[in-house]
Formats: sequence, structure tokens, C-alpha cells
Amino acid sequence: MIHTARILPTYAADTSGVCSALYELGGMTVIHDASGCNSTYTTHDEPRWYDRESMVYISALTEAEAVMGDDDKLIDDIANAAAELSPRFIAVCGAPIPMMVGTDFQAIAAAVEAKTGVPAFGLHTNGMRSYLAGASEALETVAKRFCRRDAARSKELSANIVGATPLDFSVNGSVESIRRWLVDSGFRVISCMAMGSGLDEISLAGGAHVNLVVSYSGLAAAKALRERFGTPYVAGVPVGAGFARTLAAALASAAENGENAAPCARRRNGARGGLAVVGESVFAGSLARAVEAETGRPVRVLCPLETEDALTAEGDAAIPDEDDAAREFAAAAGVIADPLYRPVCPDGVPFYGLPHQAFSGRCYQKSVPNLINRNLRLWKTI
Amino acid sequence: MLKKVGGKGERNSAEVAIRDAAFPAPFASGLEYNAPARGPWNIVQTGMLIPQSHQIFACARGCLRGVVLTAAEMNAMDRMSWISVCENDLFDGSLEQNVIDGTTDILRKMETRPPAVLLFISCIHLFNGCDFGMILSELRRRFPDVDFADCYMNPTMRKSGLTPDQLMRRQLYSLLRPARMDGKWINLIGNDRATDESSELVSMIRGAGFGIRDITRCRTYEEYLKMAESAVSITYLPAAVAAGEELERRLGQRHLYLPLSYSEEEIMENYGKLADALGIRAPDLSAAAAGAEKALGDARRVVGDAPVEIDYTSTPRPLGLARLLLEHGFAVRRIYADVFSGEEKSDFVWLQRNAPELAVSATVHPKMRFARRRAQGEKTLAVGQKAAYFSGTGHFVNIVAGGGMYGFDGIARLAGRMTDAFLHEKDTKTVIQLKGLGCESCL
Repeated sequence: MIHTARILPTYAADTSGVCSALYELGGMTVIHDASGCNSTYTTHDEPRWYDRESMVYISALTEAEAVMGDDDKLIDDIANAAAELSPRFIAVCGAPIPMMVGTDFQAIAAAVEAKTGVPAFGLHTNGMRSYLAGASEALETVAKRFCRRDAARSKELSANIVGATPLDFSVNGSVESIRRWLVDSGFRVISCMAMGSGLDEISLAGGAHVNLVVSYSGLAAAKALRERFGTPYVAGVPVGAGFARTLAAALASAAENGENAAPCARRRNGARGGLAVVGESVFAGSLARAVEAETGRPVRVLCPLETEDALTAEGDAAIPDEDDAAREFAAAAGVIADPLYRPVCPDGVPFYGLPHQAFSGRCYQKSVPNLINRNLRLWKTI
Repeated sequence: MLKKVGGKGERNSAEVAIRDAAFPAPFASGLEYNAPARGPWNIVQTGMLIPQSHQIFACARGCLRGVVLTAAEMNAMDRMSWISVCENDLFDGSLEQNVIDGTTDILRKMETRPPAVLLFISCIHLFNGCDFGMILSELRRRFPDVDFADCYMNPTMRKSGLTPDQLMRRQLYSLLRPARMDGKWINLIGNDRATDESSELVSMIRGAGFGIRDITRCRTYEEYLKMAESAVSITYLPAAVAAGEELERRLGQRHLYLPLSYSEEEIMENYGKLADALGIRAPDLSAAAAGAEKALGDARRVVGDAPVEIDYTSTPRPLGLARLLLEHGFAVRRIYADVFSGEEKSDFVWLQRNAPELAVSATVHPKMRFARRRAQGEKTLAVGQKAAYFSGTGHFVNIVAGGGMYGFDGIARLAGRMTDAFLHEKDTKTVIQLKGLGCESCL
């Protein structure tokens, strides 16, 4: 299978997902690569880079080190930096060349931990999967490794937000709005994985009554929390006023009955010929439901990224390549997608631009709207 | 202030006094930090200099992301396509065929076929022993109306020969075909911006009746191809030397390397070589030299004793520039460079003797993540974006790779830019995060 694109960009890679998910937790993230992954991440995928310090580094891998398998240099370099900078933890992941030469990141992490005494873990990135895979594994590891088993269940109704990164939520206040909406809905927010909460807050995540999964990145972590603490999860983003109310009710139900739920996927059957939303499955599904609630029209999700059946509805479709997107757009009555998708949308099909950092990077960063818990007033446009 | 983070001559520190610094590598290698100064050009921006050309990158998603969004920010997505390499492609023997078929698919979808395609492969292709020659042969057979340039995004090999930057600047001219030479034309090679018309370099060439061809001035692919007819190729940036040498070898164009310099002696030496190549007597440049002196004096009176910091992205000769400024009374306090060019050895030695306390600071050392100084009341003048970022100043000369300023005129213009920067503050955060200084930007 050849994956090509004539004019569309590509989504952020797994390495960026790892760095983004761990950014605010006080650890050190090391990408084993020559140079490109780090500059791409810090330029296009990380809006916090200029103003908020975080220890994200590249190993500056060379050809000789790759060929000779000089893992000792990587371990020593990490240990030296850790000794100077005292990170809370160390995460090591890699790009294509380490994958090709079979670098064992778990073993390297174990050696680093033994040498430094700092908790360390390796992640299975290779620069060939999307940011969701990387962020997912990173958050799952945090949930398994750093959430305290003795965290007491809070007396008042409480929740964690799981799967929030700027790649899906930008830095436009959306995550803060989700927090406010949770509080207004009667939930105390224990932690947010991983924007606005440090490792200490996240370590208490086991005390929550329910977990709100706001992106596919958070699903694996929510499952880990379910396994460790029995906490149910609900997948959805409170986009639009109507769907926000539905989601709040689903959270309360889950907290009470302990059942997982995915309201983002409980939509009327969207069919070809109708409206389509393109994007990460939890956010896009939530937006689709919000649009349904406001317009009464069924909306389908076109998903260019990894997801699970549980997060999709009947009629949704995968569009992994540019040709898939062009074909589905041509059959739609309207498309809501990142503005960089516009070139493959036929002239006769209405296109509604909704910037997504994980796709267009900084290009439209200043115009990413905060859609959380507010009337979208779509009747004016759609 | 940056804290002194290492002892005398300690190569694990992020900063060292020049008297204790090792040459050419003052710091030990290790993990690297990436400062948010995006002005230096990358291979995409350089490749876009070939008019009407199209770029196709074959590489993994993580590598694609940076190059594709570089094009997107340049509003040039219509000149960029890609072929994603997945894990199974590396092991099922399909690597070459995927590049051939992917490129074919992309070109067949284009409404107007470009005259030239820059086809980039990546580290993983080279590690896999990819037969790039076979790929290009087949594509040339399928698309005889398209010129294909072999290009490389291979940062893993950056210490194994030419750097990706040097390689890109060389391959930028690889589509020039042997042609009948016209002795009245001279190429300026390897720059990403035009050299100032006011420089002695340009005026000497034009004054002697020669025309100048420069890729930065080409508007059509045909104009670009005309560069093959020039008799001489001049380079002045170290990263461009390989391009000049290759043109001499392949097309027979005489290569003149006239390094960008801040030394009067070296500048005069360069112009002597140029005069020889042009077949003219060396002109009297005393007025130009005096103009540079006056401009430096004027700038010094404005800048006074304010600290000056210089980084390696602003010029290929940061040590030479520091020496020039110190010789003219400026309070040069710090140089940011992770490694020095061999060309700078004599200036390094001079600085060790004459300014031993001058600080040399790394830019990629892990500690530099926390080294940025916020505004502290002390007005610092920076030359270069990284110096501006780390020093926390809004008073900086916003240039990369010499900024197109050359010779005595270049020194005078730089002095003028320093004065202007000292008097007028910039929004550093906004300015330095724009990618590829001088490129169009959607931000």
C-alpha cells in the first residue's frame, strides 16, 4: 500500500504525541533521532515551547552510532543531563532509524533508571504512526506507573480529564473551559492528563469517580485506570451547549453505575451525501453530535487517524489517504475540516474550516475556536 | 545573567570563557535542545529557489511533518507532495517501487506538470541500501519532460560527509546541464538571498561588463537553466563551497571561493582574486574601507558600552565579527556557537589573547533550555536570532547567513543595522519564530 499526498499535509507523528502528552509533568523526554523530530515538534506541534520550559531533547544520533549500536552513549548522555537537571522521570522514544536498527528502548530506560535512580520508561514510537499512538502510550504509562494505588476516592463527585494535549485542543482556553464545565456540572476535577496538572495531581487520579476521555489519546490511559481503580470512563468532548448537557448526564450515570460510555459515538446514522466532520474520532464525533443537536441533521465522521469501533458510529468512515478524503468530500453535502483540507474539497461542496493543530500546526493557531459548552449557532452557516 | 555553569575549561558546561575554550568544539556532545529561533533556512526553503519546481519527499511521517508544514507556512503547498514510508515498506522489498509509483501517481494528478522535480529520499532509504539511481532512471523514462534532481533529507549522516545544508545547496544546481559557455556571465552560488547591489562584489563584476546570475533572482526555470552558461561561479558562504566545486567539476565553470569576512586584509585578498578572474586591475577600495570604518564609528557612538552578543546563525564568521567589533570599541560580551568553522582559527586565537573573558555559550546544550534571560533593564544588542532569544533582548539585528551583506559595504550596512536595532526594539517572540527569514509566511 503506497500512501501519497499531492497537496495535503500529514498529521503530527507519534514522537510529537509523546512529547506533547508529557510536556507539563516535569520529566525529561528524549527522542532518539538525528535532529528533525525535535525541531518539527518544537516548531509546529508545540505551542508552549517558547513560553513554558520543558525538558524535551534529541539524542543527536549519528550514522556511526546507529551502525555501531552505541547505546552506551545514549545512556550516558541521558544520565549526564539528568544529573544536572533533576527531572521527575525520564521517557525515551525513537524515530525511524532506531526502529530499523532494533533499539530496545525498554532496556535503555532500565539502564538509565539503574544509573540515575530516576524513574524511566521507554516508548514504542518510530516516527511512522500518528501523534495519537504516541500520546496514548505515554499517558497509559503515566497512568500505570505514577497514579498512586492508595489514592482515596473523593467524597464529592469527581472526575479526571484524560487525553488533553494542545495537538487536539490548542492553547485557546478549551481545556480550561472543560474544567469549568465539569465544575459547573457538579464534578470536582482531580487532574487533567495532561494540560494544567502536574505529576503530583495526576498521581491522585485514582480517586476520581469517572474519567472523561477527550481524545483517542486518552482511551488507553482510561482503560488502565479502569483496570487499576475500577473507574469508568466516558468518551466525549463537551462541544456545543446541547451535547455538553448530554455528556454531563452521561458522566453522572457512569459515576453511579460504573459503566463505560461513548456518547460521542451515539449519533444518528450519518450517510454519504450528508454533512461530514473530519478529525480525531472523539472530538469529531462530539462535534458531529453537537451539530446534530443544533441542526437536526445527521452528521458522519470521516476519520483520518487511528480509532476504535467503540468510538465510531454507523456511517462513519476512515480516510487514511488524500484520495479517500477527496472521494468522501465529493459525496458530502458539506465538510467541516481543517482549512488545509480545502484543496481536495470540490468547489460545489460547502467547506467549513476548523483548524486542528495536529494537522495544520501553527498555520491557523490564532484562529482555533473554543467550542466548549457554548451554542455553536450553526443554523447561521450550516 | 547566565550562571557560570562549569569550571575552567570544563567541556560539560554550557558556557566557557574563550581563553579556556577548545577549538573547534568547545562543548562535549550530548542531548540537544532546540531553541525557537526559526530564521535559518532549511532544505525545503532552499529547494523552492528553483522556479516552477515541485518537491516530493519520500520519508516517514515524523520527517514529513516538518517539511510539509514548512511549505504550508510558505503558502506553497501546491509545490509540495509526499510519499509516506511505513514500517512494512522497509522489509518487504518495495522501497524503490513505492517511490517510483508514488511519484508517478503524484505527477499524473497534477494539472500542469512541473519542469523539474526535486525528489527527496531520507535516512531510512540510505540505511536500507535503496537504489536511488534506478528510481531516477525509471522516472526519467516515464516522464521525459521532467528534470529530476536527486535530493536528500538525511540528518543522520550529517557528520559522515556533507551536511544536509551543504548537500542541498549542491543539489540545487544539479539540474544545470553542460552548455556553451558565455564568458561575460558570472554566477553567485549558494546564497538564499540576493547579495546587496551596493556591495563592491556586485559593482566590480558589473563595472567590468559582466552580468550576474543568481538563483535568488531567477523567476523562471529557463532563467535558472541559463546559469549553466556562466563561466565563473562565485561562492562566499562555507555551506556553498561544495556547490561551487561541483559546478567546476561538472560544467567546467571556474569556482572562486571568496569567503564572507570581516577582516580588511581578507576582503582585499578576495577582491584581488576577483579582479584577476575578471581580467581587470584591482580597484581602489580605500573609500569603501573608510566608509566601513566610519559606519562602525557611528554605530559605536550610538551603542556605547552596551553589551553585544553574536550567534552563529547570523553569520558564518561570528568570531571574525566579534573581533572586528572589539577592535572598534564595542563591548562584545558573548558568542553563541556549538562548534567553530576551521576558517575562524586565527580569529579564535586573537580573541583568546585579546578578549580572554569573552564568553562562548552553547545553543544546543541541555542546560540552555533554562538559560534564557528575561528583560533585566540592561539593554543588550544582539546580532542574530539565537543571541536575541537567549539574551532576552528586543534589540537585535535580524539576519541569517550574513544577510546578503558582503565586503566593506557589508560591514557598513551591518553597522547601520546594529544602530537601527539598538534604537528600535522588535517583538522578538514573533519575529524569530517565523520560519526561513525572508520567505513568505502565513503566520
